[in-house]
Amino acid sequence: MKPLHVLAVAAAILGTSGTSAQSGDWTKVESAARGQTVYWHAWGGATTTNDFIRWVGDQVAASHGVTLEHVKLSDTADAVGRVVAEKAAGKDTGGAVDLIWINGANFAAMKEAGLLYPSWVETLPNWQYVDVAGKPAVTSDFTVPTDGQESPWAMAQVVFYYDSARLPEPPTSIAALGDWAAANPGRFTYPQPPDFLGTTFLKQALIELTADATLLQQPADAVDYDAVTAPLWNWLDRAHPHLWRAGRAFPQTGPRQLQMMADGEIDLAISFSPGEASAAIANGQLPDTVRTFVLEGGTIGNASFVAIPYNASAPEGAMVLANFLLSPEAQSRAQDPEILGYGTVLDMDALAPADRALFDALDLGIATLSPAELGAALPEPDPSWATALADSWTERYGVAR
Amino acid sequence: MDNEMTKGLQLNTLAVWHGTRQVASLDARIEPGQILSLMGPSGVGKSSLLAAITGTLDPALRCTGAVLLDGADITNTPAHLRRTGLLFQDDLLFPHMSVGANLAFGLPATLRSRLSRRERVDAALDEVGLSGFAPRDPATLSGGQRARVALMRVLLSEPRALLLDEAFGRLDATLRAQVRDLVFARARARNLPVLMVTHDAEDAQAAGGQVITLG
Amino acid sequence: MTRRLIPILVLGLLAGPVLAGVLGTLLPALGVTGQPGAFTALLNWPGLPRAAGLSLGTGLAATALSLALTALILAGWSGRRGFGVIERLISPLLSVPHAAAALGLAFLIAPSGWIMRLLSPWATGLDTPPNWLILNDPYGLALTLGLVVKEVPFLLLMSIAALPQTQPRRSALVAATLGYGAATGWLKTVWPRLYPQIRLPVYAVLAYGMSTVDMAIILGPSTPPTLAVEVVRWMNAPDLSGRNVAAAGAVAQLLLVLLALALWRLAEMLGARLMASWTASGTRGHRASRVISLAGLGATGLVAGAIGLGLLVLGLWSVTRRWHFPDALPAEWSLRSWHSQTSTIAGLTSQTMLIAAVSATLAVILVLASLETHRTHPPNPRLRPFARLLSYLPLIIPQVAFLPGLQWGMLQAGLSTGTLAVIAAHLVFVVPYVYLSLSAPYHAWDSRHACVAASLGASDRRIFWRLRLPMLLAPVLTAAAVGLAVSVGQYLPTLVIGGGRVQTLTTEAVALASGGDRRVIGVFALVQTGLVALGFALAIAAPRLLWLNRAGMRHGQ
Repeated sequence: MKPLHVLAVAAAILGTSGTSAQSGDWTKVESAARGQTVYWHAWGGATTTNDFIRWVGDQVAASHGVTLEHVKLSDTADAVGRVVAEKAAGKDTGGAVDLIWINGANFAAMKEAGLLYPSWVETLPNWQYVDVAGKPAVTSDFTVPTDGQESPWAMAQVVFYYDSARLPEPPTSIAALGDWAAANPGRFTYPQPPDFLGTTFLKQALIELTADATLLQQPADAVDYDAVTAPLWNWLDRAHPHLWRAGRAFPQTGPRQLQMMADGEIDLAISFSPGEASAAIANGQLPDTVRTFVLEGGTIGNASFVAIPYNASAPEGAMVLANFLLSPEAQSRAQDPEILGYGTVLDMDALAPADRALFDALDLGIATLSPAELGAALPEPDPSWATALADSWTERYGVAR
Repeated sequence: MDNEMTKGLQLNTLAVWHGTRQVASLDARIEPGQILSLMGPSGVGKSSLLAAITGTLDPALRCTGAVLLDGADITNTPAHLRRTGLLFQDDLLFPHMSVGANLAFGLPATLRSRLSRRERVDAALDEVGLSGFAPRDPATLSGGQRARVALMRVLLSEPRALLLDEAFGRLDATLRAQVRDLVFARARARNLPVLMVTHDAEDAQAAGGQVITLG
Repeated sequence: MTRRLIPILVLGLLAGPVLAGVLGTLLPALGVTGQPGAFTALLNWPGLPRAAGLSLGTGLAATALSLALTALILAGWSGRRGFGVIERLISPLLSVPHAAAALGLAFLIAPSGWIMRLLSPWATGLDTPPNWLILNDPYGLALTLGLVVKEVPFLLLMSIAALPQTQPRRSALVAATLGYGAATGWLKTVWPRLYPQIRLPVYAVLAYGMSTVDMAIILGPSTPPTLAVEVVRWMNAPDLSGRNVAAAGAVAQLLLVLLALALWRLAEMLGARLMASWTASGTRGHRASRVISLAGLGATGLVAGAIGLGLLVLGLWSVTRRWHFPDALPAEWSLRSWHSQTSTIAGLTSQTMLIAAVSATLAVILVLASLETHRTHPPNPRLRPFARLLSYLPLIIPQVAFLPGLQWGMLQAGLSTGTLAVIAAHLVFVVPYVYLSLSAPYHAWDSRHACVAASLGASDRRIFWRLRLPMLLAPVLTAAAVGLAVSVGQYLPTLVIGGGRVQTLTTEAVALASGGDRRVIGVFALVQTGLVALGFALAIAAPRLLWLNRAGMRHGQ
């Protein structure tokens, strides 16, 4: 996409909308932002992301006079709950949350409830570098159009990581994974749905196992749910007895698997961050014999976003922050496996040569796949699938019978 | 009220009640310098009567009748304004205060000068043969010494009546007679009416006054 | 007249927010917004019977075991020379936050944990950890163990505070002269008088065991989890309607806790009967006494070992870079986790201390005021059980069930976020614990001291400041330290009521715990523990220093 074209689109949007923060003049936003304190509610479970967010705070403080406070959550739902409570109490301005790290079902719920700041994303100056054409996930979050209510800042794609010292030839399809698990009892598991990553594993398996994966782009109640999902339950019924703890216990979060891999409890794990394994090797958590791979039929990809609640106290500051997150400087730092190892949302062809050099200079790490090896990401199913699959899973496996 | 002050402690059909049940009752008059011995087995409410007189009755109980001290009706006066000195079976010296501080606790606050307070404390200790004991930890004293400190603590508070609740019950025979004589002597010297609750006939005999037996 | 209002005020402060919170959460669930399906949805959840059974089973088992171990330790050792060592060994364990204790224990007993690492491969022959379901077992055994090792120090401390009022030394002497074995004599003479004094803490342990979320997530089963954990799941579901089911679940949780308390009460009566007939049997129990002493020692070892080693191993992790199975010790050491957290910790510690110190102090003042008023103006005895239930509501109902409603209520009332709001929210949880640590010693204080003082002309006020408070200094400070510990440990109230704008060591620690990196978890576990331990150390040291020359103030007297 041509940058000029994006600007034209942005200008067209700006011409038709009216609130002050959306006024076309970015410098106005910047001057309003100066002196603001932005409370960014973001998952705080990893020192790597916490350190990155602290660095972001230092940068925007120096360049724009915006103070960043990272509100470290153990669950994004806590931030959503806060905004819901404020709306219920009629607190329509001066809310506690300025920016949320969000995607998927949480975004869909907030968008539907009208809890988000409307169309601001394409007014960001750095939006021009975003790879909208090459990465459809940046404007379509689990098939829900973002409508400019959330700004992408990192790409994620399902990968599996394994310890090549213990497992030289990993299985590269769900079917092969089932056979491998049966032959190696207790060496594989996945996070327990409704955990985000656990549900993602179900979706990933369903895409490969079901007859027509395109049906997943429709809401779950618009198709013959039982027929579509039957192959998945068959596979799980057969696989579970051979999983870690014979499928009677599961890790509760995705990152928990890193520790399990390091403890030697499992040989293979799912991740939503292609650089996670490299980052974990870099900080000593995983041995340097860990590698990643994707399934033959491709894997699901999506983007991480930031959104501004409708009643944020510092929307301008939040926009300045979101814009900075899209800068080549921040994006290349996030992609560095020594720092985060997150995929960039930018289009390399849209960048100036000097900015592109920042990315070219990165050593993506021993366990990170090249973009070619990753392949094109498969689209996320409709958000209703996550809920439906998690509910069915819980009914089948989550309550001992 | 008569011009002639009615000195002493007078109990006008004082009765203690638990709900509608009468626990104990007493009608008596004790002249200054006299000792009334109240006897009877455990559990007949002797201590409750004392508590009614000092104003420290358990909130679950209530009392009827009247308590007059030197002619003034103190039935509804707050405990700390009644000036009815009380000695228990245990000496109940405050364990966190020195012997001197225990005694000073009894001194009226109206005595302000620190020097004269200390002089009064020292004089009280001299009076019972405990000179120099002021800085001591009460826990290091013998039973007889503690009983003497407790007595002087009450007397320093300048009571207008003295109530003894089995006050000598914990002391052995020789010590008991000693302490008892000391208490009676000091009370008579100050011309105080004394109400003594005891179950020991010897105590009553030594008191030499009227004896009322309850129960 | 106004003083009569203090207990009502305190009660309102405790129960009001909880009731308002549950209502605020529940009203939407009850069909006010046209969704009457919350209770139906709850009843339709197929995991409900098992989750409820798990909560009930682990709660009752953990409480009974904790109480039994506490009794064994006390019977075998209290008043004996070794008791000081046991006390010094176990009391500090109270400072370890529940989540840290659970994480430490989990790493000790896991198939890839420290015990297996120490034994592998030389003894077990294993290079990879065995596939054993030790943690997260479906019967909640690991969870029960975790609760027991965490609650024994609490019950022990409460017992030690209440013990002097039962005059154990005299009873022990009498029992010994009658030919009873030391431990048997203690159980027959002292325990029946001690138990009523620690009854409230025992109820709190029962309610906590059933409502805990952090320990249950780390150690408990997940297919299904305990009811309290499931309530949290519903509350956090991205699909906003889950909140209604969560509210219905909270009500179910409350009923479940009440049922457990009723069962416990029955067991108490049965126990008292058995106890009475055992006492009347006249068995002297010389051999039993030796067994009890040994068992008490074993219980001490189990509790101190599980938490102490757990903390030690978290400490090891905090200076680890790499540590793989089956190495007994880290392969590579590093101070990186500490270095990277130093600036964060400094800021968070002062914020945490401020909130904890203020709420603990306020709680002590409120509890003392309310106890003092209760003494001078006793409440209607018929209202007592009701008042007691209300005051323990914050401990019984899972926080997640009423905090969102409370948040809504505080927003309605125009109470903004911030440190003050967080302190107010902490008070709701701190006051009940302060109350239950303080009420037994307060009531057991020899009130004849007050009678004597009144007869010496001292007013109620003077008696309170000169006698009651200084003589109760040790239990008051212990209660304050308990309050400090409770405040430091609060996660959800801090996050939800603070709107995320008030951050403490615990909000940071819990957020990091969700990432599962033991190295940073270790750093925060140590810092949290250190902070709370400092409070307890001061509470123990201050009275000892102050009453250095007062033999009558040393405890056990």
